[in-house]
This record gives sequence, C-alpha cells and structure tokens, in this order.
Amino acid sequence: MAIEVRIPTILRSYTDGAKTVQAKGDTLADLIDNLEAEHTGLKDRLVENGKLRRFVNLYVNDEDVRFLGGLDAELGDGDSVTVLPAVAGG
Amino acid sequence: MRYESFLDSVGGTPLVGLPRLSPSPDVRLWAKLEDRNPTGSVKDRAALAMIRAAEAAGRLRPGATILEPTSGNTGISLAMAARVLGYRIVCVMPENTSTERRELLAMYGAEVVLSPAAGGSNEAVRVAQQMSQHNPDWVMLYQYGNPANAQAHYDTTGPEILADLPTVTHFVAGLGTTGTLMGAGRFLREKVPGIEIVAAEPRYGELVYGLRNLDEGFVPELYDPDVLTTRFSVGPRDAVARVRELLDTEGIFAGISTGAILHAALGVARRAVRAGATADIAFIVCDGGWKYLSTGVYSGDLDDAEDALDGQLWA
Repeated sequence: MAIEVRIPTILRSYTDGAKTVQAKGDTLADLIDNLEAEHTGLKDRLVENGKLRRFVNLYVNDEDVRFLGGLDAELGDGDSVTVLPAVAGG
Repeated sequence: MRYESFLDSVGGTPLVGLPRLSPSPDVRLWAKLEDRNPTGSVKDRAALAMIRAAEAAGRLRPGATILEPTSGNTGISLAMAARVLGYRIVCVMPENTSTERRELLAMYGAEVVLSPAAGGSNEAVRVAQQMSQHNPDWVMLYQYGNPANAQAHYDTTGPEILADLPTVTHFVAGLGTTGTLMGAGRFLREKVPGIEIVAAEPRYGELVYGLRNLDEGFVPELYDPDVLTTRFSVGPRDAVARVRELLDTEGIFAGISTGAILHAALGVARRAVRAGATADIAFIVCDGGWKYLSTGVYSGDLDDAEDALDGQLWA
C-alpha cells in the first residue's frame, strides 16, 4: 500500500532534498509515523500535542485533511498526500 | 438599473446558469458574476465595506492615508474608492503578480511598494505591518482580519445568492482572505439547512511557499474552519484548464482563480451525480480574465501555461 507524499521545500532537509517520498499507512497518523521512521524529525514539524500544527496544511488527493478527520483520515492505495505551509491569499 | 454614484453600484451581480457545463438537469452549476462590480472584481464589496466601516468608526478622515497588503484586486478596489473619496493609498504587493494589476493600481493613483516574491502575500503582510509601525497615522484596513470584509458578504453576497437561487445546496468560493466564504457561508448556513460551503484554495509554485520556517505561516484572523464543509487545493494546471472550459462552453471570460473555484465546483457536482442527489451549486466568478492576459495562459499548451504561472501569485 504505497502512498506518495509531496514535501514542501521548507521540510526537504528531512527527506535528503526529495520532493516526493513513498510511505504507508491506513490513516494519516499511521502514515506520519511511517514517515518518521524513515525521515527522523519530520513528525515534529507536522504534529504538535497530538494535533496538526497550525501553520501546516495536509491534503489527501487535494482535499484538506482537517475536513476528512484530521490525523484519523483514512488512506487508500494510490492516494496522494501533499504537505504545504499555510500562506496568505487575497 | 440606476445608482446615485459609481461606488453605489457595488453588488447586485447576476447569477447565471451554466447549462452546458452542468453535468445533468438535476445537478446544476450557477456562476455569480462578480466581475460585474465597479472595478471588475468581488473585492469591491469588501473594500468599500471596510472603508465605510473605518469612516463610521472615525478611523478614516478626509486626507488620510490608507495602507494595505494586497495581491491586487483588493488594492485596485480600495484605490478606486480612495481616489473618489479623497484618500491617499499605499499598497504593498508581492512582485510576482501580473503587470496589469500594478498598472491598474498606478492608474488609480495608488503608491505601490513591491514586496519580495518568496513568501508571497505573507511577505506583503509583514512589510505592510512594518510600514504601519513607522507610520502610526496611516490606516491599515487589513482585509485578512477586518470583520467588515466578511460582513460585506454576509450582508450582500449571501442574500443575493439565496434570493436568486432558493434551492441552493452548495456554495463554492476562493479562499484567500476567507472573507467571501466566512460571510456568505455563515449567512447561507443560517438560512439553508444542510448547505455545503466549499473552499477552493489556489496551490502556487514552490517560490510562494518559500518561508524561512514554518512559524512564518499565516492563517487569516477571519478564518473559522467550522463555516466550511470542506476545502480543496487546486493547482494552476487544473485552474487554467477549467477557466478555458468555462470560456469554451459558456462564453464566460474569467480570471485564473475562477478556474480553481470551478474545478472544485465540478468536483462537488461529480459527487452529487454519483450519489444520485439533486444539487444547485453556486460559485463565485471573482474577476474577468483581462488582468491576466499578459500571462499568456488563455491559449496554447497547458504545460506552457503551467510553467508561466510557476512562482506567480495567479489568484
């Protein structure tokens, strides 16, 4: 069960510069633990006190995970996960 | 229709059906043509409301200087109103925005301070806040945190949609300052049980997310996720493909951010069709395509269009 995870520039120091990495997990929380095993330190940049960090946005197939159950969001084979810092629009 | 002045003609925009783009007679798309506002964008509503609120509160007096971080449309709206009402205006705008926006600002007499491309609007906000500290008598309306922004949509955009489309089931709009979604979304939630409020957020190139660290991230003070049903991130390729589709099928010439909104609206429509549901999906056409012609994305290869928008603040 492979899930592609897109990593923003600001977090690529944790992935040896890789823009995308593969990971596994039935839920987003599992996926982040799986990422942490390969890319130590990444989890702390995404999660704080058991919740997603305020200035980090994660999307499953382009939909904001905060509306899909947050860390409990379910994942399936072939899903793509995008990590982005929160930026201003307008 | 007659108005006492140009400024008074804000709002009251048409809601048009999209019979060719709608997936079925049961699942229909409706476009709210916000390009039919005085300066040609949805931002006229928020800009005028913020000025009127600041005047009413005594913050904005004749001859005052307005300061605003803006990627374009809000600045253009404020600049037009400032010219008519006799205010000076300074706009802080990221340098990676279309030349038309800068020209329009200059045309209306705004002084433009360019902020660095990396970091996008976050940087514009930061630069404006610094300038505000050095010029305490200037009035920063601050669209990201000014309640009058969302209130304008609660008072006008939301009620207009409900009056024109009492059967509305979904409202889809762009997420920038979040004013449109928070204001119209709150209104529609109060009036229409079960309505879905859907955000389309532009996904820019890497340059725009080039923050020094994650703590420099930005969430507008107006944003309340509880107003939304869900939120989609839409990249430039999908946005351009959809904005062309809107022009090809329905004849509507819209700006690029509208393509992102339409992409989300069509996604919602597809879900409704799959569920066998009836849906009336209203979405915002933020502005016309005129200000983005110089990007060259309205014709030619989609790969080239995607490249042209890389690093640009296209919404």
